[in-house]
Amino acid sequence: MDNSVKVREFVVENFLFGDGEALKNDTSFMEEGIIDSTGILELVFFLEETFGLSVEDDELVPDNMDSLQNIARFIDRKQNASSAAEA
Amino acid sequence: MQVPPRKRRFRGEFEGACFSKRLIIIMCGIAGICHINGPDGVSLNSIKRMIGALCHRGPDETGIYLDDQVGLGHARLSIIDLSSGVQPIHNEDKSFWIVYNGEVFNYPELKEDLLQKGHRFYTTTDTEVVLHLYEEQGPDCLKQLNGQFAIAIWDAKKKELFLARDRVGIRPLYYTVLNNTVIFASEIKSIFTNENISRRIDPIAMDQIFTFWPTLTPRTVFKDIYELPPGHYIKASGGKVTIWKYWDIPLYSRAEQSDLSLQDICLHVQDLLQDAVRIRLRADVPVGCYLSGGLDSSGTTALVVRNFNKDVRTFGIRFDSDGFDEGEYQNLMVSYLNVNHTDLKATNEQIGASLSECLWHCEKPLLRTGPVPLFLLSDVVRKSGYKVVITGEGADEVFGGYNIFREAKTRRFLAKYPNSQSRAGLIGQLYPYIFNNPRLKRTLQSFFARGLDQIDDPIFSHFIRWDNTSRIKTFFSQELTEAIGQYDGYQEVRQSLPEGFERADDFSRAQYLEMAIFMSNYLLSSQGDRVAMAHSVEIRLPFLDPRVMDFMARVPAKWKILGLNEKYILKKSFEGILPKKIISRPKNPYRAPIKQSLLNEKTFEYTKEALSAKSLSRAGLFDAGKVTKLLRKAQVVDNPSEIDSMALAGVLSSQLVHHQFVQDFHVRLADSVSPALIVDRRYEALRAGS
Repeated sequence: MDNSVKVREFVVENFLFGDGEALKNDTSFMEEGIIDSTGILELVFFLEETFGLSVEDDELVPDNMDSLQNIARFIDRKQNASSAAEA
Repeated sequence: MQVPPRKRRFRGEFEGACFSKRLIIIMCGIAGICHINGPDGVSLNSIKRMIGALCHRGPDETGIYLDDQVGLGHARLSIIDLSSGVQPIHNEDKSFWIVYNGEVFNYPELKEDLLQKGHRFYTTTDTEVVLHLYEEQGPDCLKQLNGQFAIAIWDAKKKELFLARDRVGIRPLYYTVLNNTVIFASEIKSIFTNENISRRIDPIAMDQIFTFWPTLTPRTVFKDIYELPPGHYIKASGGKVTIWKYWDIPLYSRAEQSDLSLQDICLHVQDLLQDAVRIRLRADVPVGCYLSGGLDSSGTTALVVRNFNKDVRTFGIRFDSDGFDEGEYQNLMVSYLNVNHTDLKATNEQIGASLSECLWHCEKPLLRTGPVPLFLLSDVVRKSGYKVVITGEGADEVFGGYNIFREAKTRRFLAKYPNSQSRAGLIGQLYPYIFNNPRLKRTLQSFFARGLDQIDDPIFSHFIRWDNTSRIKTFFSQELTEAIGQYDGYQEVRQSLPEGFERADDFSRAQYLEMAIFMSNYLLSSQGDRVAMAHSVEIRLPFLDPRVMDFMARVPAKWKILGLNEKYILKKSFEGILPKKIISRPKNPYRAPIKQSLLNEKTFEYTKEALSAKSLSRAGLFDAGKVTKLLRKAQVVDNPSEIDSMALAGVLSSQLVHHQFVQDFHVRLADSVSPALIVDRRYEALRAGS
């Protein structure tokens, strides 16, 4: 399953309780009140578990976490960096 | 749905009389029916039924007044000889009749004046003083009363009903108008004993609760049932019901505020609080104190011990979980004051198991479980032989203790330079008990940065809280959402604000919103009168003495929160009587566990059943699919977020309220009430008319 589909499913299930109709790729979680500050931790835990990432404290910023597209980019960056390091 | 049986208390379970010349404690409930278009008959049984539903407020004695147009009922917990205080009480020529719930603490001074004017009294009660004062001054008398009360007076000559409620709404009073008849009572369940009153959940009220926590006055969660707003009175006669405001939460512009020095402000506060406590100790029974270990109740208890009663009995709550328990500070105060203290260990199992019974008394959905331990504590107080307690409620509102005040101040500070990292750093200090994970530091900034461009909106201070709470509305059913339609609660708040609001400073505005919305209908109700009176315990609140409130409204905002140091004036004022550790301790707002209480081994099955698709569908308030996902998530996650926790409590309590009041409503039967006094003037009125 595509990374962004997995994230979307998680967000819809856990923060929108199944009602994901209005959730677009660029919908801001904070502005729309979809995920609050403590909810971010649930999201991070999911990302770390699902994608094998390690999210640093200073990466917990809206540019990385505030929408589906931001998260998708963040996952890509982290995975690419990880691959580059392994190579 | 299986709801745990409610405990019922009847006559004979309470202790006997105690005689003195001090204020007679009359814990009670009032109820009545008034035909505003003229004679239409009121049955004795209908008043008996209404009073029967209030038996927990006054289980020992009832009294009833009836004529051809009105019926008044009173349920009383008798503490002194029955002959001197049984209600209804009348004036000299029996043209005015009163039923009354509460206390007027300054009644000896008022009585003196009335005696000089020639009024004659046949009881020693404050009730009779209030009646004669009304006879003398009409509704203006309310401005002279320093107390907590709900009043019903029948002017038999003018054929006019007068209903009134204390300034801040410590005592409850509800009413409805049906077919030119006003039906009123201390609690809604009493009104519901009238079979022709429909019992329905009000969709707009649900929207308000899931935004503001309580409803906006005068709405209640039940359609067409209203509360008489705090500081208001009603006159009903000649086919009309009119509502008047006689007091509002004080607001002063900077020019009207005091220029006293900090030292002088604190001296005034010390004097006012000492006197506020002194008159609240007027009682013919021993008065206890709630002592949590926080600044406020520690302060009031210390005032009692040092000035009036060194042997005062104190009561406090303890919790299973460290994040909620204040045992360390409570123990410190018990040792420091050397008081005889009783604590209640409110276990998670007890809290969950008692929610239903607590809701029977609160009569509204709750987004937190905080009221339940207070409900349990009043039981302990009552069983310890105490009927009256002094509490520290109101200090956070009057002296500026809530984090929402610091939050608003910080957000205004941040709004000037939204990208400032150092300013944003202050955010992390606001809610350490919620945002206790250091990883959240960066996200907090964006969380609290929402709405920074709206600092001129009168409700700016409360945006974050109300917006967050509103998220729970995602669980509303389609049917409920459609019934709410385009209703805008924020706009209703904006339109309700008084003239002086514009001229007041930002801090006073936030205080006004907190007092007008949260304090009257949640703090003083679900965490106040209703859970205390559930076990016939009366609370008295020195911090809400009108003299204290007015003085503090005149204190400039800079002294209320110095920097981010909340309740600065109160801390300074208590410096001489409290240990430094209590003065300087971090504030830990009173809260109770939610998930641990509602989803533990003993309560999970019950919660699951109340939130089953079948139960949800029957009530029609919530989306069963979403609630099932919420329940599943709450089970899996160790520490659900604040919003998910509040959603769980809100949905469950709404279901239980619907079950107890709409679907399956039961109260005591009328024939269990045997009035000690019945004044029946129905035939007298008929004879006079014929």
